[in-house]
Amino acid sequence: MNDYEVVIGLEVHVQVKANSKMFTRVKTGFGHPENTLTDPVVLALPGVLPVMNHAALDAIIKSGLLLSCDIAPYCKWDRKNYFYPDSPKNYQITQYDKPICLRGNVEIELPGSARNVMGEHKLIPLTRIHLEEDVGKLNHAAFDSLIDYNRAGTPLMEIVTDPAMQSADEAFAFLTALKTVMVYGGISDCDMEKGQMRCDANISIRPKGQEQLGTKVELKNLNSISYVRDGISHEILRQLSLVKSGGKIVQETRDYDGQTGTSQSLRTKEDAHDYRYFPDPDLMPVKVDEAWKARLKAECPEMPFDKQRRFMKEYDIPYTITSVLIPDKSLSDYFEATAKLCGQAHAAGNWIANDLLREIGKSGESIDQCKIKPNHLAALIKLITAGTISTTAAREVFSEMASTGELPEKIVERKGLTASASSDDLETWCKDSIASDPKALAEFKAGKDSAINAFKGPVMKAAKGKANPKLVDETLRRLLAL
Amino acid sequence: MSEPLHYKSVAELSSELSSKKISSVELTQAVIARTKAVDAKVRAFNSFDEADALAQAKASDERRSSAKTLGVLDGIPIGFKDVISVKGQPLTASSNMLKNFVSPYDATVTQKLKGVGAISWGRLNLDEFAMGSSTENSAFGQTHNPWDLERVPGGSSGGSAAALAAGEAPATLGSDTGGSIRQPAALCGVVGLKPTYGLISRYGLIAFASSLDQIGPFTRTVEDSAILLNAIAGHDPMDSTSFKTEIPDYRAELKKRKGPWKLGIPKEYFGEGLDPEVTKAVEDAVSFYKSKGCEIKEISLPHTKYAVGVYYIIATAECSSNLARYDGVRYGHRSKDANDILDLYFKSRAEGFGAEVKRRIILGTYVLSSGYQDAYYVRAQKVRTLIRRDFLEAYKDVDAVITPTSPTPAFKAGEKAANPLAMYLCDVYTIGVNLAGLPGLSIPCGYSKSGLPIGLQLIGKPYGESELLSIAHSYEQEHTWGTRHPNIEAQKGAL
Repeated sequence: MNDYEVVIGLEVHVQVKANSKMFTRVKTGFGHPENTLTDPVVLALPGVLPVMNHAALDAIIKSGLLLSCDIAPYCKWDRKNYFYPDSPKNYQITQYDKPICLRGNVEIELPGSARNVMGEHKLIPLTRIHLEEDVGKLNHAAFDSLIDYNRAGTPLMEIVTDPAMQSADEAFAFLTALKTVMVYGGISDCDMEKGQMRCDANISIRPKGQEQLGTKVELKNLNSISYVRDGISHEILRQLSLVKSGGKIVQETRDYDGQTGTSQSLRTKEDAHDYRYFPDPDLMPVKVDEAWKARLKAECPEMPFDKQRRFMKEYDIPYTITSVLIPDKSLSDYFEATAKLCGQAHAAGNWIANDLLREIGKSGESIDQCKIKPNHLAALIKLITAGTISTTAAREVFSEMASTGELPEKIVERKGLTASASSDDLETWCKDSIASDPKALAEFKAGKDSAINAFKGPVMKAAKGKANPKLVDETLRRLLAL
Repeated sequence: MSEPLHYKSVAELSSELSSKKISSVELTQAVIARTKAVDAKVRAFNSFDEADALAQAKASDERRSSAKTLGVLDGIPIGFKDVISVKGQPLTASSNMLKNFVSPYDATVTQKLKGVGAISWGRLNLDEFAMGSSTENSAFGQTHNPWDLERVPGGSSGGSAAALAAGEAPATLGSDTGGSIRQPAALCGVVGLKPTYGLISRYGLIAFASSLDQIGPFTRTVEDSAILLNAIAGHDPMDSTSFKTEIPDYRAELKKRKGPWKLGIPKEYFGEGLDPEVTKAVEDAVSFYKSKGCEIKEISLPHTKYAVGVYYIIATAECSSNLARYDGVRYGHRSKDANDILDLYFKSRAEGFGAEVKRRIILGTYVLSSGYQDAYYVRAQKVRTLIRRDFLEAYKDVDAVITPTSPTPAFKAGEKAANPLAMYLCDVYTIGVNLAGLPGLSIPCGYSKSGLPIGLQLIGKPYGESELLSIAHSYEQEHTWGTRHPNIEAQKGAL
């Protein structure tokens, strides 16, 4: 097996998040009653004409800018002719020889040696990105096939990579990274379950050192990122064992079934369509000038991996925390706002990566819906640092904030959570604690400073959590120094 | 001598409506009565909805009596070629494929005409999907030329031209892809205008060849043509190929422009195949302009000889794709004995389309096929550019071009039906105008000895409709060809 290398290219379809369809005003959407998101244009009634959705073109140009593509100064629309009932016109409007985005790349991160170790980064080169319209959906019943045209005409980007990936892990990392960029750019949510991102893979193997690419097999229906990885792994093994046993790989399209982990041939090269592409005479070519690009460039967010590198440098937070924050732009924005407000990035990172994520995981809310806003969390962190409340009390305040959305100061006051034990009581509890742990006392006297912590627990317990931790520490040190 | 209502021009009818000499209901009733009297012989209509037309007329009269009239077209019935959508009315393209189809929406021109109070009146016959030059290719029977019922009215908008000539509507709309307005206008002795590509929205027009199709009016006079153009021209956000340009008041402009003009006579348009009577009529028209002080220049449009070939590549390529939607899946004819989806496509289309439509779909599919596309489609597009350049070059010297509209007057039904190529040559003088995207107008310029109308084609500059109409108007002012009417009553109905 080591004498062969694998070459993978992906074709990824990404639905553009747009209010209306690619060539008509009717809304886009998922999960609506069948055939309610249609109009005469979607249904290709006699006499209708397409009109380009400018917002969708904005989205693809923005994608191109984010992925360092060359934006063509001129693009046009072509018809891809084929008969299939999910395509109402029996041609699809797409971009054939003049796609809007050329070249470019996607930065990916391969798995590290351990969870807390950053993996190798690579740039996967893109061939092109073009815009087209999605098709409808067929539902096959026992005796009939039913067609739902709600999806038909939804703006759809096709992102084509060079044959430049060498493993299923790379393909997995590619899709993960691409999705993050698309979500960052507000271009698509890339929810594969809703069909917002779909992937076909072209896979071939060749003896190591051979320049020429091997015969490729196209794998379809890879409808989750994990299926992409599993499907590609399966196909690589299939090709290797075929070659080892003296067989020959034929150029074909195979359908991968993620449930069973098997694939079967759909069609071979001989059945390839002649799509009779030609420029759509109903649509005008589009010129993209510098001002248009500049406007979209200004809307481009910081790229995820750039943000990660900056967080690690600027806030000195560990890779593990950043790898939790970065995939979710809202979460990383949340982090940055909190860190700036409280000036304590570490604490902010820990609270978010642990408590906050647990909280929203529990409620099923998105970060934007969560009642705890960055100013709440920042204020809480400040209260802890100032010694106004203990960590135990802070957790209580945190869950209270999550349900009421009140500021932490208010909750502390309302619930009387201030570390407010009297100094007399504190003195007594500290003395008792020291007296009850001679082992720790001896260690401390012998120079082990951390042994002091052993005395704090009983004090806090006696104070029912209301002792000011800073004051406890000071009192203990004063008494121990006597 | 006063014309009967059904032969009056839109301008006359409009002034009679506004002076309350007649009501729209009276006018509409007259048009309905005329249609019922002659259409059994002419067969210009695929269908008409009497009650709907009268209801529209009544609404118009009510607007008028409450001084809320919508303008010059309010209350005037206008016939629609059966490829232009009118909400709630049949839209058949004279094809079995759409025999029972009712359009759920209005074309932009329909909306515009309704917006100025015009009455949508009837669905007019055509060559199936606008493919043909004689209206013999209709799935619902041929239309007859009112001047000689044994002859064709031209096509593809034969119903629109014949209905007008027979007094079955004061004006009609047609569409012109390679001459489908101008040629039937010439053969039926009426005025037909194919506007500049992009002047009128195509939204709601069943597409034949998208880069060539334009909607245009059939009228009794040039002034009426200007009136209709005023109502339907202008940019439409629903049609990306419609042009954003200032729309002048074409009717007002008619009287402002008086010439003299520089007129070009392309030598390539006066060659083999041109009927001597047509030559004579066109030469007389040229002499008229000369007598009015116009400068007549012989010009050359050297790529003219390629026009028919280029047209039948581009038009068929586009139609092969445009007509793919008629598949029996969502609407239209669906074969009753299909076993699977492929069978459904094959049988529905085999049963739904007529021979000429199939011929063009096959031709268009072929010229777009991989391996042939560069030799045919791509090459044809290049030659198309040259054809347009020929005209634009000529317009550096002349204001308009004068040619015959059709090489011959109306021919006998059946005469060319068996020979597609002979039929295609009917459009030899009109096709270049579509390929170049220019405005073209056909006006009556005489009659053959046997009494058949002859048409003169005037070709203008891009978006130069105002000037083109003025040139035609100056001729029409001093000729009476358009005031003659066919004697349908005296003719025995043809089969």
